[in-house]
Amino acid sequence: MRNVLTICSKEIKSYFVSPIAYLLLGLFGLISGYFFYSATAFFVMSGLRQQMQGSQQPMSINEYVIAPLLGNSSVVGLFLIPLISMRLFAEEMKSGTIELLLTSPVRDWEIVLGKWAGAMAMYLCVLGVSALNIATLFIWGSPDWRPVLTGLLGLALQGGCLLAIGTFISTTTRNQIIAGGATFAVSLLLWVLSWVTSYNEASWAQVIAYLAIPTHYEPFAKGVLDTKDLVYYLSVIFFGLFMTKRSLESLRWRS
Amino acid sequence: MITVEGLTKRYARNVAVNNISFEVGKGEIVGFLGKNGAGKTTTMRVLTCFLPPTEGKASVAGFDVLDQPMDVKRNIGYLPETPPVYPEMEISDYLSFVARLKGISGADIKKRVDEVCERTALGDVRNKIIGKLSKGYRQRVGIAQAIIHNPPVLILDEPTSGLDPEQQLHVRNLIASLSGDHTIILSTHILSEVEQSCSKVIIINEGRIVAVDSVDALHKRGRATEIVAIEVSGADGFTVKQKLEEVAGVARVVSRDSKSGNVAFEVEGLEGSFIRPDLARTIVHAGWHLTELRTVGESLEEIFLDLTRAEKTDAKTDSKKEAEGSAQ
Ligand SMILES: Nc1ncnc2c1ncn2[C@@H]1O[C@H](COP(=O)(O)OP(=O)(O)O)[C@@H](O)[C@H]1O
Ligand SMILES: [Mg+2]
Repeated sequence: MRNVLTICSKEIKSYFVSPIAYLLLGLFGLISGYFFYSATAFFVMSGLRQQMQGSQQPMSINEYVIAPLLGNSSVVGLFLIPLISMRLFAEEMKSGTIELLLTSPVRDWEIVLGKWAGAMAMYLCVLGVSALNIATLFIWGSPDWRPVLTGLLGLALQGGCLLAIGTFISTTTRNQIIAGGATFAVSLLLWVLSWVTSYNEASWAQVIAYLAIPTHYEPFAKGVLDTKDLVYYLSVIFFGLFMTKRSLESLRWRS
Repeated sequence: MITVEGLTKRYARNVAVNNISFEVGKGEIVGFLGKNGAGKTTTMRVLTCFLPPTEGKASVAGFDVLDQPMDVKRNIGYLPETPPVYPEMEISDYLSFVARLKGISGADIKKRVDEVCERTALGDVRNKIIGKLSKGYRQRVGIAQAIIHNPPVLILDEPTSGLDPEQQLHVRNLIASLSGDHTIILSTHILSEVEQSCSKVIIINEGRIVAVDSVDALHKRGRATEIVAIEVSGADGFTVKQKLEEVAGVARVVSRDSKSGNVAFEVEGLEGSFIRPDLARTIVHAGWHLTELRTVGESLEEIFLDLTRAEKTDAKTDSKKEAEGSAQ
């Protein structure tokens, strides 16, 4: 476990001494800040209008601000996550530092877990920007906190899946750009798989939709914690990390 | 400390290391000498558990590289061909990170980092970003990370390649200073480096070992006859040459350039003869001044070329034989 922490904290430091961390935080802050501002403004405006029209039902801030914001964050994450995971192994293989890791008394799974955890920490920092935005809503109003928490948890798990896949892809090439591009392509594929059920109700379509990532996010956004979805996310993470470990092993036999 | 037995490493298309065996004893400094592509790096990567052997066995400090990789890794310090440094880190951060990876306890890390910084003369720059260092400093950081856990065995892959002469000298001195506490195996394609730093040489060519010997023994081998360099003052060249040719056991006398204006020769003896005493006596009896008399060894360079060339012709005849065999 100590080795996992050693590698993880080194990864986090590496993100923050390079421009990438600030680029990600800045980009994400800008996009989600804009969404947040327009959604809140829209909410306030339509709230006022409804009051003037004498409507009795108050509008839900969860429904009009928080849910769309989290939904947008998950789409933006699709673009940011490849940027986080692409360097994990590709960079080490290119610069030769992988020789240090693989000849130190550290197990392969410790390296894999440490790398992924470091990337995860970076991703959580980015998500933190969203969380900060939402937190301001608690100062002015009293939204239902349950879907906020499950929504953020869902985003974290979803990010964890894509990062695990990205970590694996990063072991297959020494070119970061290729690793990032491939990760984006695979993530996008897992994303659009959910569309098949829009047109098709057959059981194979259900299976494919089950593999899609957004399918499992929806309940989280509504404040529902379902073991089925948790199992899906955790098994994708496990599978991705397992593949990474195998790839690391085969790196030795391959090269 | 290191035992290699029948080690073969095959890549997808070629055989990088072909059935090599050698041993390195405790405290030895062994030079692993070979041209580019000879298989040095590959051998070292097997010893450090970076690559698994295709066939054969290798063990370090009594642990097998396949069966007990963790123990092997704990007992070696490894400097790969390019120092494995993260350019964005500060030297002291980087060394702490490596120390932690090597399993040094939290309380000792600072002490160890201070020690290796001092040992590798990095004290002044320890808060600098590695990416901004010169190649020589980077190599020192590479050595520092290899010795941070004070491993009994050090494996250094071309520790002086790409450095300027002054940096090379510094690294060589550094290695020499490490020799007391560590068993060291270092690879190089520079012959003079082996002569300066190593007690033993393993010469490898095209994946095979062509010689394992002490540096002294290598100097002596390869030539059956004795060659003596002589310098004489107070005489003219022609007379001296004539006199020397008359000495019993002398095969040939060749004139040599001399800087000091004296006359100089290289005298080759017949096989099995020992001509030095007789040469000295002859010159002194003639009333000349003997200013130099020494046996000329074959330079390692020539021996190396001889050995690697011989290997090539052997291989050629082997493949010819094989071709003939398959034709039948
Ligand atoms: N990863 C690899 N894949 C395929 N062939 C390789 C690989 N690494 C080295 N080789 C080949 O193996 C041989 C030995 O290489 P190497 O051990 O690096 O030699 P040296 O370190 O003595 O220069 C060379 O012919 C080289 O081309
Ligand atoms: Mg090499």
